[in-house]
Amino acid sequence: MNKPCVFLFAAALTLFFCISAFAVSRKLMSVQVRNGHVRSEPSFFGKVTAQLAYGDRVAIMTEKGSWIKVKPPEKQDGWMHLSALTRKKIVFKASDADVAKTASGEEVALAGKGFNEAVEKKYRSENKKLHYDEIDKMEKITVSQKRIRSFIARGNLTMKGGAR
Amino acid sequence: MKKYIFSVLSGTALLLVLLAPNPQPATAGFMDNLKKAGKDLKRDLKKESGKLKKNTKTGVKIGKKGIAKVKGTFADFTPEQEYYIGRAVGASVLEHNRPYPNKIATNYINVLGATLAQASDLPETFGGYHFMILDSDVINAYAAPGGLIFVTRGLLKCCRTEDAVAAVLAHEIGHVQHKHGLQSIKKSRITSSLTLLAAIGAAAVAGEQLGELTSHFGGSISDITDTINKGYSRSFEREADRTAVTILERTGYDPTALIDMLRVMEKNMTPGGFGFAKNHPSPASRIADVQKILPAEQLSDTAARQSRFEKALGKI
Repeated sequence: MNKPCVFLFAAALTLFFCISAFAVSRKLMSVQVRNGHVRSEPSFFGKVTAQLAYGDRVAIMTEKGSWIKVKPPEKQDGWMHLSALTRKKIVFKASDADVAKTASGEEVALAGKGFNEAVEKKYRSENKKLHYDEIDKMEKITVSQKRIRSFIARGNLTMKGGAR
Repeated sequence: MKKYIFSVLSGTALLLVLLAPNPQPATAGFMDNLKKAGKDLKRDLKKESGKLKKNTKTGVKIGKKGIAKVKGTFADFTPEQEYYIGRAVGASVLEHNRPYPNKIATNYINVLGATLAQASDLPETFGGYHFMILDSDVINAYAAPGGLIFVTRGLLKCCRTEDAVAAVLAHEIGHVQHKHGLQSIKKSRITSSLTLLAAIGAAAVAGEQLGELTSHFGGSISDITDTINKGYSRSFEREADRTAVTILERTGYDPTALIDMLRVMEKNMTPGGFGFAKNHPSPASRIADVQKILPAEQLSDTAARQSRFEKALGKI
């Protein structure tokens, strides 16, 4: 192999690794909560600009404390709290390879696997004294941001750092 | 021509390196524990399955005695699984306690609790935070994984101000944030569940395997309820108290209200009795621990808070 060919080969190899590095470093995260809210500012008081579902992928744009500016596909960018996101890719219809990746601690999480709705259903059928009905009622109570904002203002409270 | 191609390729490579964003954003700190858990899991799997054959379909190694053990920790539970665990723990708490049927009081602690949860380091969980008052005179509280929090009327009677109720709820949010419930699950149980799931692969869990997984689930719930009935370790209680002080400070509540509540609790508690008397470190020891970390008293006008507190919980 002559010298220019070696250079060309080395450059192509470098290019390949750089493209791979670029693809890897283009950070994506997944929504790990049932209802993901994208907000206009890095605070829970920011207006909700988009609603995302469990497992939706978002691209990371920038960060501010525990808030991440994200770009969901085909939706306006905005801010999400870090606790609503995971670096893992959430897989809904897992293949055997996905299961193997999860077992070896790779960046994949399996939705609906493990302790899930089917397990709860069986557990409930075996433990009829448990009061799941009251838990369902408990979960139905939700508090709006408007209510929280008013509660803070009327109580002479100050959300220092605004939910960080 | 070759030189030209070489220059173009090298230039592109350099450009891509320069354009590549910082691969280690600030979020890394939060993820360190999870990454560590993943690495530990990978290392354990490698160690356990060194001489085993690989199942070409699942990629999971299988030995003479069956599938290799897949070790894990509480950090391997996804928020979705944590949610189902929390629901079962909550349903179990309600086996021996009934909800206090007062809508005003329930709404009040839910608004207060939601406000505090947003100031924690774990403001978002899979199913969100929800709060319930239990119709019991015993001084007690329970935090189920994922954000289901229960406080008894007996404990709320120890609170003379909204700030004190906030201290109680913030302490319980601390247990959720630090996943103290999940940490009570026996490691062997987590290993068995993960190993079973690896063996099942992509197939839907059904029949005997569903039975086995449900048995691990039930065992995990027992591990947690046993612990919360016996009481967390003093270090976990201290950690929850520290988090409570932080949350109170962030929301503008007076963190010394935690001490005030503990003093009333000490008076109201029957030594050797049920609930906190049995399953928590003594109020005196908690007061001593909290005093070490208390910031300066936060002075604010509490009249409006006192008024709504009395309206909602005054007759509890």
